[in-house]
Amino acid sequence: MTHSTFRGSTAIVGLGETRYYKRGAAPDPEFKMTLDAIRLAADDAGIDVREIDGFASFSNDRNDPAHLAAALGTKHVGFSNMFWGGGGGGGSGAVSNAAAAVAAGFCEIAVAYRGLAQGQFGRFGQGSTARQVAGAAAFTAPYGLMSPAQTFAMRVRRFMHEHRVEQDAMKAIALASYYHAQRNPRAVMYGKPLSAEDYDNSRWIVEPFHLFDCCQENDGAAAVIVTTAERARDLKHAPAYILAAAQGTDYRQAATVHNAPDYATSNFKTLAPRLYAMAGVGPEEVDVLQSYENFTGGVMMSVVENGFCTPEQVNGFFALETFRFDGGKLPLNTSGGNLAECYMHGLELITEAVRQVRGTSPCQLPRDVNISMVTSGPMVQPVSSLILGRESNR
Amino acid sequence: MSDQPAIQKPLPEPDDASRPFWDGAAAGRLMLMRCNSCRTWRLPSRMHCDRCLSTDVGWEQASGRGTVRTFGIMHQRYHPGFANDLPYNVSIVELDEGPRLPTNLVGVSNADIKVGMKVVVDWERHADVTLPKFRPA
Repeated sequence: MTHSTFRGSTAIVGLGETRYYKRGAAPDPEFKMTLDAIRLAADDAGIDVREIDGFASFSNDRNDPAHLAAALGTKHVGFSNMFWGGGGGGGSGAVSNAAAAVAAGFCEIAVAYRGLAQGQFGRFGQGSTARQVAGAAAFTAPYGLMSPAQTFAMRVRRFMHEHRVEQDAMKAIALASYYHAQRNPRAVMYGKPLSAEDYDNSRWIVEPFHLFDCCQENDGAAAVIVTTAERARDLKHAPAYILAAAQGTDYRQAATVHNAPDYATSNFKTLAPRLYAMAGVGPEEVDVLQSYENFTGGVMMSVVENGFCTPEQVNGFFALETFRFDGGKLPLNTSGGNLAECYMHGLELITEAVRQVRGTSPCQLPRDVNISMVTSGPMVQPVSSLILGRESNR
Repeated sequence: MSDQPAIQKPLPEPDDASRPFWDGAAAGRLMLMRCNSCRTWRLPSRMHCDRCLSTDVGWEQASGRGTVRTFGIMHQRYHPGFANDLPYNVSIVELDEGPRLPTNLVGVSNADIKVGMKVVVDWERHADVTLPKFRPA
């Protein structure tokens, strides 16, 4: 790859998060929570919230930039953007779209945000109960195949079959998330530890997924502020420079009726080489990883496809000891992530990746964090990823 | 029918793109699209062949034989129409011709389903539509 002008040209400088709630438990409307998160992020950065002139979100977020800008008193809007696709595939993508707009000069201070109040608007990912179904659903719904959990369970089952992966590999991901959440007071599962026995004894949702293989459902809002590397140096916190971003999807991954040619995949195979090439680092240099968990099995395939181990190494590599912040070889989901902190569609993974660079996480690594990575949305289309660094290295 | 759930299982509503498939099913024939140029089979219907991009296409009868590529065992009550079936299997059969078909396996217990099993189509007839399900070959 030729030298990227994007690399290190922008940084994440502000983090804002409302309190995180169980699904339906938020006392405030979604729009208000989104405004709160953006205001908190501006305060954290040390900028006037009215200076924000770019907005980016994902997953068909309902809180559109024009109305946010009107409520915030934004002086002008130079960029407003939605990353296509459902689920959490666009978490890193929204941040990188914001950063690309800053780098290109469409705006100077951009916010990437996500708000979700499911009590107000209904549960995310629910199916229809219509008697007759047409289109692609005519080939799935009559068989009782209609939930994301089923679709992803079958992709993961095939991966487990091809590489002789044991259930314990997925258990390790859940245990790491809960281990970290016990040290993170923001986490919805703070004070609710998970033991290996709890995991084994938990009910099946759809085999091979136990209850604890599935993300939570939550309410709240989160926001991160991106600006130029030059401006970032004068703000309140040490910048987390955006060294690389990738977004997209592999060959025909969205083919309907389960006909994607490469089936047992998290969809990161073509993103990973582009991401590392832009960052100028390899997986061995990544100090800490936040990997989006809709389901643990997706994390498993994403960790493999992003080069942290081979499929054949999964059974040995995937252990709580590997993923702990305090001494693990690959500290993973160090806030508790979607499983145990909050399912803010993975934007909370990006705030945690930034905290690790700043040195302010409740599960701060006991060594310097120079390279902090995020992968967003395994098994959906499109997906996205980010590499953050303590130095811009331009 | 007092044990019938108030909300019943969804059934396919054939459209222009899928009608030959469902008409074939009603007649006990598994019909797939096939490229007339390079002879590659495809499902679901689409205008052009992924392999050669030809739009010259017809419908042909497939063997009805395939292999279980993957499956899941559903325990969660998600759609009320399937509440009485829990736990039930959802499976992907890779047909001998290549395309994959979501289905349920019948005539086999959940515990005995294996990836790689050879299966054959088994028609489940409803009033207006027939569903291809699969049983061990």
